Amino acid sequence: MSSLFAEVPPEPASDVPVRRVTINVNGEARTAVIEPRLLLAHLLRQGFGLTGTHTGCDTTNCGVCTVLFDGTPIKSCTMLAVQADGHNILTVEGLAGASELHPVQEAFKDEHGLQCGFCTPGMMLTAKAFLETNPDPTEDEVRWALSGNLCRCTGYQNIVKSVLAAAEKLRGQAGN
Amino acid sequence: MYPSRFRYEAPRSVEEAIALLHQGGGEAKVLAGGQSLVPMLKLRFASPEMLVDINNLPGLDYLRVDADGTIRIGALCRHADLEKSTLLAAHQPTMAAAAPLVADPIVRNRGTLVGSLCHADPQGDWASVMIALGGHIVAQGPKGRRKIAVADLMKGPFQTVLAYDELAIEAVVPAPKGVAGGGYLKLERRVGDFATVGVAIAIETSAGSVIRAGIGLTGVGGSTINAVDAAGALLGGPLTADTIARASELAAQAAQPRSDHRGSATYKRHIVSTFVTRILTSVPDSKGKAA
Ligand SMILES: Cc1cc2nc3c(=O)[nH]c(=O)nc-3n(C[C@H](O)[C@H](O)[C@H](O)COP(=O)(O)OP(=O)(O)OC[C@H]3O[C@@H](n4cnc5c(N)ncnc54)[C@H](O)[C@@H]3O)c2cc1C
Ligand code: FES
Ligand code: FES
Repeated sequence: MSSLFAEVPPEPASDVPVRRVTINVNGEARTAVIEPRLLLAHLLRQGFGLTGTHTGCDTTNCGVCTVLFDGTPIKSCTMLAVQADGHNILTVEGLAGASELHPVQEAFKDEHGLQCGFCTPGMMLTAKAFLETNPDPTEDEVRWALSGNLCRCTGYQNIVKSVLAAAEKLRGQAGN
Repeated sequence: MYPSRFRYEAPRSVEEAIALLHQGGGEAKVLAGGQSLVPMLKLRFASPEMLVDINNLPGLDYLRVDADGTIRIGALCRHADLEKSTLLAAHQPTMAAAAPLVADPIVRNRGTLVGSLCHADPQGDWASVMIALGGHIVAQGPKGRRKIAVADLMKGPFQTVLAYDELAIEAVVPAPKGVAGGGYLKLERRVGDFATVGVAIAIETSAGSVIRAGIGLTGVGGSTINAVDAAGALLGGPLTADTIARASELAAQAAQPRSDHRGSATYKRHIVSTFVTRILTSVPDSKGKAA
């Protein structure tokens, strides 16, 4: 990754047109002066040190780089960092509260929804956004919602179980 | 993978966007959902000097139906907005069937229908749908607006007749004169894959008779195919087993598939005819008649 970073560092050379952006990342305003061609995934990882957002395919296929852009899942390898100027980004680092895991994280832990964990940040963020629009989904709906996130380990079974369990936890919380 | 260097502009009005495109003199590119353009920039298949990001243009994210039934899709209306639309589910079966089949759910959150038409990928799903529906786009340039039929928009693979300083503002589906029917079927190897074969059909019926028909084919030629003869075979009477069989045969003839990793030409042609039959036999009025 260091070679990519060397090619387009968050601190560009002085002769390159740059932009100053302020992005709200996990509830905190972060400012950076960047080249427009810097991708959001790389600003998050190398610029802000938030390495929970992974990059896998780098070709918009796998979904491991998924973050929430104003609440909506997007592939951060396919958005320019400048496009996030003035917007809210939620990464996996922003899911847990100060003392406890987010119910989606708890469910992935309880239901063994991960093996190597590479796809997990993207899966959980997609699941979080999905459960906000569909709090009581069927198994088919969960599979459909996650169909843009690839996992090479689990065979998806436990991921689907985790999301269904998370839905139940979240409904329980909402009911309290 | 990194794009080469470019100047980035994020205009706040359509006029400003067009002025920037004009200033770019053919070296500027519009950035809409970015779901085709950003991957191309990263692979350096495209290296524009300037990107004109239209995501901050106000009031272009609409999907609306005029009083007469005309459907308008603004340049920033995303695939996901179309997928979730109850309006399309109720009134426009061809679009409603296609929306969930474009790319994957995360790509659909960003990608736009208008951007897909402007991208002119022979494997793009929306071009076939819009051709079947007889749709057009409204393009605006420094000299004003013009309408371009989607059937005339594509010059070839990834090429359109849009001038370098024209921005596509919206896509328009004309108001139906009869009851709208039809659908979209797509054969894909997995979710998010482009079509091995896609078939879009839009018909309008009045008093049991087909008064308008359009058939568009995805992924079986160098451009999206407008299967005019196949559609013509449906006109002037009710849908029957005979007219459906004739349309299926003519659509398969209109396809110009190539054998590749997705399947042989013969197989793809067979799928075209199967899909035409399947869509037409599922139009409510035709049930049973085509058995
Ligand atoms: C993994 C993956 C799978 C996909 N699968 C499919 C699929 O199955 N079927 C399918 O149809 N598509 C698929 N796509 C493409 C996707 O639908 C894109 O969203 C679409 O092709 C382009 O729309 P966009 O808004 O993202 O446009 P962009 O990528 O922003 O732009 C595409 C091109 O159109 C031009 N353009 C965009 N908007 C305008 C405008 N308003 N005026 C003038 N020019 C404009 C741009 O300059 C550029 O040349 C897939 C993409 C990915 C990454
Ligand atoms: S790294 Fe972004 S989709 Fe694979
Ligand atoms: S847990 Fe390894 S890729 Fe999903």
